[in-house]
Amino acid sequence: MSILDADFMRLAFATGAVVGVLAPAVGFFLVQRRMSLLGDGIGHTAFAGVAAGYLLGISPVAAALVAAVVAAVAVEWLRSRHGTAGDQALALIFYAGIAAGVVLISAAGALNANVFAFLFGSILTVTSSDLALVASLGAGSLALLGLLYRGLVAVSLDPEGARVNGLPVTSLNGVLAALAGVTVAVSMRVVGILLVAALMVLPVIAAGRLATSIRSTMVGAMGIGLACVLAGLTISYYADLAPGGAIVLLAAGIAVLAVVGELALRGRSQGSA
Amino acid sequence: MPVVVSLSDVGFAYPGGPPVLRDVDLEIGRGEFVAVAGPNGGGKTTLLRVILGLERATTGSVRLFGEPVRTVHERYRIGYVPQRTELGIDAPATVAEVVAAGRVARSGLLSRFDAGDRAAVAEAIERVGLGGSARTPVRRLSGGQQQRAYIAKALAGAPELLVLDEPTAGVDVDAQESFAALLQELHADLGATIVYVSHEFGAIERFVERVVLVRGGIVYDGPPGALPSTWHDPSHVHP
Repeated sequence: MSILDADFMRLAFATGAVVGVLAPAVGFFLVQRRMSLLGDGIGHTAFAGVAAGYLLGISPVAAALVAAVVAAVAVEWLRSRHGTAGDQALALIFYAGIAAGVVLISAAGALNANVFAFLFGSILTVTSSDLALVASLGAGSLALLGLLYRGLVAVSLDPEGARVNGLPVTSLNGVLAALAGVTVAVSMRVVGILLVAALMVLPVIAAGRLATSIRSTMVGAMGIGLACVLAGLTISYYADLAPGGAIVLLAAGIAVLAVVGELALRGRSQGSA
Repeated sequence: MPVVVSLSDVGFAYPGGPPVLRDVDLEIGRGEFVAVAGPNGGGKTTLLRVILGLERATTGSVRLFGEPVRTVHERYRIGYVPQRTELGIDAPATVAEVVAAGRVARSGLLSRFDAGDRAAVAEAIERVGLGGSARTPVRRLSGGQQQRAYIAKALAGAPELLVLDEPTAGVDVDAQESFAALLQELHADLGATIVYVSHEFGAIERFVERVVLVRGGIVYDGPPGALPSTWHDPSHVHP
């Protein structure tokens, strides 16, 4: 029997493909701004959203989406308007989010396997309605990134220069933060809240070591993210492993290989100079 | 001559701090090439940031192109080369990508680059002598070449006002000479207003028409030839 004969695997591959492309595309801009851990902080707040969903009897994914976007925009607001250091703003949201999640989950009496599915990913139980949500949000987010690509690059390269030129730097930062929130919410079914940031960051680290331009770094990261998700799902299917962990370990392995490869190449070119 | 930059009775202090600038009156006309010099900590970079609207003047008024600086509509008319030692990102940005970023405001945030935008980017790269390095990551260039790439970024937006903050800091003397010659050429060819901020005059002194010395306020404003010899070292503490 082929891996694609099973309905749940077709849904898993389709959902994973969207997340594998979207997470590094958004993560690219976070890494460039030295905000690699933003996804982690938002993920913990998304956990509070999942818990609120259980408590209120509404969709945990929808509640997580709202919580993640609000948290991401709040971090950006604290960082830009109140001069709070990026890591301090993250810490505030990070710890408040996880604490709220624990309190709400215990209040809802929902500390069970469903919660663990969100924490560690549950891609093999993805439904067609999950896929529709992930695909529509993913396509919309990628389209927005494409539309704003030049502006986001300009702001990342030189925020003050962009402001002097009249680009809406604050709005662009807010949109990017909101996209990070959406990405976390749609990715948590694939790799889990605890690992979602890894898929946003590790492919970008790997691609940045091998690429020769901004564009090739971003496209390379999306390619690596997609390959890791597809390969990780395949490995986890045949080896009966947790898909989220397998996907992230693959991405981490590629990042380590890329860093080591770059160091070796640099050493060789310095040796021959 | 139309006035591009106009400051009237401007003062500035950071919150809770002593005044950095006091009673600054300054007008820069279209097409002027002005060096703003002074010792480190004298307020010249603050003056530049106030001119650009990056800092809000505590007192007085600041106008650019005849409009209050906070509400200037066509800010893409400004080309800004900030003081820097590195790019704001880790990815290997090529010269072409860095320069293209300087065209975004002029072309429109949501617009795709058309043939005119691409030609403007290519022309800016050629103009600073980096035509053969368009696809080279900026970090692989020498310090002097990197500064040229940042100038090209500012030029890509076809600026009417070009503002440079310590553009040759950390660059060797030969590169400074060549950079000064490039600025003179740009001034002659483009007719843009150039404001060049530096703690030392160096090679640029031969080309500027006007020097503004800043030490908490404007202590000299005139042609470099009329500058008293004791002022030629702006880092010197004058009575």
